Amino acid sequence: MMGVRVAAGGMRPDRVTVARGLLAVALALVVLKGVLPDWVMRLPEGMVLPFADWINAGFAFLRDDLGLMAFTRAFADVVEFLLDVTANLLYGKSRWPDLGPIPWVVIAGTMAVIGHALGGWRLAALSGGTFVWIAVMGQWKWAMETLSVIVVAAPLSVALGLLAGIAAWRWRGVERVLNPLLNIAQSMPHFAYMIPVVVFIGVGPKAGAIVTIIFSVPPMIRMTMLGLRGVSPEIIESGKMCGTTRWQLMTRVRLPAARTELLIGVNQVIMQSLAMVVLASFIGMPGLGQKLLQLLQALKIGLSVEIGITIVLLAVVLDRLTKAWAHRQPVHHAAGASFALRHRMALVWLGIVVAGVILAQLSPYFVEVERKQALSLAGPVDAVVDVVITGVGPVTDWLRWFLITWVLIPLRDGFLALPVLAVLIFLAGVGWRVGGQRSALVCLAFFLPIALSGWWDRAMITVYMVAVSVALALAVGLPLGLYGAAKPARAGRVLLVCDTLQTFPSFIYLIPVIMLFGVNDVAVVAAVMVFATVPIVRYTIEGLRGVPSEVVEAAEMSGANRRQVMWRVKLPLAVPTLLVGANQSVMFALFMVIIAAFIGTQDLGQEMQRALSTTDVGKGLTLGFAVAFIGLMVDHLLLTWSRERGAALRTGV
Amino acid sequence: MADQEVVISCRNLWKVFGDGAEKLDLTPRTTVEALRRSGHVAAVRDVSLDIRKGEMLVVMGLSGSGKSTLVRCLARLIEATAGEVLVEGRDIGKLGEGELIDLRRRKMGMVFQSFGLLPHRTALENVAFPLEMRGQDRASRIARASEMLALVGLKGREGYFPRELSGGQQQRVGIARSLAVEPDIWFLDEPFSALDPLIRREMQDEFLRLKGMMAKTIVFITHDFDEALRLADRIAIMKDGAVEQCDTPERIVMAPATEYVAKFTSAVDRSRVVRAGALARPVAGAAVEGAAVAADETLHGLARMLLCDPRARIPVAGRDGALVGLMDREAAVEIVLGPVA
Ligand SMILES: Nc1ncnc2c1ncn2[C@@H]1O[C@H](COP(=O)(O)OP(=O)(O)OP(=O)(O)O)[C@@H](O)[C@H]1O
Ligand SMILES: [Mg+2]
Repeated sequence: MMGVRVAAGGMRPDRVTVARGLLAVALALVVLKGVLPDWVMRLPEGMVLPFADWINAGFAFLRDDLGLMAFTRAFADVVEFLLDVTANLLYGKSRWPDLGPIPWVVIAGTMAVIGHALGGWRLAALSGGTFVWIAVMGQWKWAMETLSVIVVAAPLSVALGLLAGIAAWRWRGVERVLNPLLNIAQSMPHFAYMIPVVVFIGVGPKAGAIVTIIFSVPPMIRMTMLGLRGVSPEIIESGKMCGTTRWQLMTRVRLPAARTELLIGVNQVIMQSLAMVVLASFIGMPGLGQKLLQLLQALKIGLSVEIGITIVLLAVVLDRLTKAWAHRQPVHHAAGASFALRHRMALVWLGIVVAGVILAQLSPYFVEVERKQALSLAGPVDAVVDVVITGVGPVTDWLRWFLITWVLIPLRDGFLALPVLAVLIFLAGVGWRVGGQRSALVCLAFFLPIALSGWWDRAMITVYMVAVSVALALAVGLPLGLYGAAKPARAGRVLLVCDTLQTFPSFIYLIPVIMLFGVNDVAVVAAVMVFATVPIVRYTIEGLRGVPSEVVEAAEMSGANRRQVMWRVKLPLAVPTLLVGANQSVMFALFMVIIAAFIGTQDLGQEMQRALSTTDVGKGLTLGFAVAFIGLMVDHLLLTWSRERGAALRTGV
Repeated sequence: MADQEVVISCRNLWKVFGDGAEKLDLTPRTTVEALRRSGHVAAVRDVSLDIRKGEMLVVMGLSGSGKSTLVRCLARLIEATAGEVLVEGRDIGKLGEGELIDLRRRKMGMVFQSFGLLPHRTALENVAFPLEMRGQDRASRIARASEMLALVGLKGREGYFPRELSGGQQQRVGIARSLAVEPDIWFLDEPFSALDPLIRREMQDEFLRLKGMMAKTIVFITHDFDEALRLADRIAIMKDGAVEQCDTPERIVMAPATEYVAKFTSAVDRSRVVRAGALARPVAGAAVEGAAVAADETLHGLARMLLCDPRARIPVAGRDGALVGLMDREAAVEIVLGPVA
């Protein structure tokens, strides 16, 4: 109760009145649209601005007049050289240095040693086991094609991010320019990055690597700034008193002291790289992603499940390894420890390498497992899937039919039937309610360009898919979160599952839904919904657990029963956190809707894929910005709301 | 002490935090309230001090009175808002980056209130860090750092990381690090705050020994009056950023310049501060009988003798044995026993 009243008191009444007025106008426009002029419905042709042509002109200028092409080609050549080296080492492509391929036993052993060094036996088993699985399943070459790109892209990304982050930390001007760019970059869908790269570089592994680098830099920049800002001033002062020069202070004091944040940045870079590398199959990047794409398109469920498992295992291993590295604290050796004791890991590793090389000499099986020697799960999986599909087939068929005819199509038509002006006024009203005039203007600034770009209908389809999926995700995620938060031990387990699910590249979520629903809108909505449920569950649990125990105890002492405590005390206090979760859920949903386009949707993502295949930069980026702006607007609204609620609750309690 | 050269000297030093502080017109009459109204915090207000070679100045004051900020200005870790700091006659506000680094590498050491150890380096590597910055070779800096760690009683913990050490041990690593370069000027910001009483006492003794041996110029911050009395040549009492009084411990206690200083020192046991010499009055023809007491002995040290001695006036002699004057026994006993409750 108290939360509700406080919030109402905190909101100035004129804000509510203005918002109500705007919403009433929007409603009137919808109701009366039959008698209103056409331009209320859709902006007239004359008002549509040729954003695409402008962007194309800009790119042509960059490419032809500024000679940026030469520069990008030079950079691409460096990347290509590095890619050739890793390709040779990892899967034996005949390029310099002509040493590879490194036998898979050696790589699997090395990964196990790294796992042990960073996180003990369990991590050793997980990371070594993953590589053994890849090898014996006969996916070695594809996995190595994927990894060879990550091995090149991630370090370059980290280096670029580190430099940009340091510059932004050092000069406020750089930060002012970089911050909005990062905001937009992090809400741009993957495909929007690919199109300019295809124009400048072409298709193939090189382009895949470069798009991966660009895509994964932003989190490193952020974490670098965060880490450098967070170093305690006394550590810096003590460094200065030791007589460090600026360079020494940066390299020996600031950066090492920011180690944890920087390594979390590395973790994010690697996870983003993996997600992107898988998707880069759309621009001809060979590897696991391409295989998965082909198999999914051919509806070979069993084989795609095999690849899906590999991608998931790789994601989990890379995530756990880098996180363990980030959180590992240095420990001293006992005084007088012998050389062998101090370098035990290195010696074990050396032993494994030697043993692996000897094994590889004895049998080519230990260098690479031939396709015909490989194990396969596809047969049994397909059999099981067949049984399941025939079992649940009637149910899913009915569900599909019901959802399409009674929910999705009517909703889509409803969204499309909304007059442009009504939507804009409605958004302004919501903005005004949440954050006053400023927020109303922010909403318009993000949405008006979409109306002006001429892609309104496509954008509304995207909005409708996201809206439906997030609504379903809330319906599923909130109860799950409530269930999870009920007991501390259970909460920990559920959070771990959420963490793990979040590390999967989004592409993976398509496998089960295609299996169940085939290729259509329902599959897309289902995939998006599953993906968007994860953050909701997670933030519900965190929000409920964050409620101070004294508040709960006070409510219990005033005689509230469990239901009342939940509905009157805990949930209202958790609202700010829940809003943050909802926000993340919308962002995930947007990304996923766009990725799912290749299953065949009619939204912005579909158009983006077309732009990709015709390498139309202008169109692609216009669409990319449209998606980013939808995301940024929701982000602004939900986070402002969350902040206001949080502030109101803090002053109220 | 007065005959020694001045090593650190600050003139009308101000440090004001807040936007646009550089543009403020700061005069000795600017009040804290006026600054607060314009959204500024005056951490150091119009401080002028001279610290001589070999002298130990102890800075005291309540939490937030600006002690740490003053020392940071003296070391130019933060730029003063107004006024100047002279170190060996050179205005350090005007030093270039290279000169400042050189000054810190050769002359200055500092112990930080919350230690400021580098978390990714072992205790040994932390202590060796300033030597490394000076470009000293590896073998000699490790030897020196081990020696310093042994000095502060941390032998055997060389390979530990700060995270693995207790607060007091970390503090001692910080002390060892500041000593590694044998600084002439030594800034200590509550260097013993995390130590247990036993080690604290040991460190103080060690400190006095070092000070006697090497003629360092020391600025020492503490909250502990007993510590200040043991160590200080002079004590500066700060309030709201200004130095209320800077004088010998004896005069701070016996002749407080302001009411605030009087209140600040009211709980101090005077007999531990006042030395016989301070009570000595000219002989002026009175009879001198019996053995003399040393002028630099505190009354606390003389308490037993004062209570039993039958003489009304006791002769006081300087270090060279020459008679300084006569001490009124009753007045001395009065101080030892404290005012009548
Ligand atoms: N970087 C800063 N920005 C703004 N105000 C500051 C800053 N550093 C110190 N102050 C303010 O200056 C005043 C003096 O702080 P200082 O740290 O010098 O106190 P102190 O005497 O060392 O206290 P303590 O005994 O608790 O260490 C305080 O009011 C503090 O809030
Ligand atoms: Mg302090």
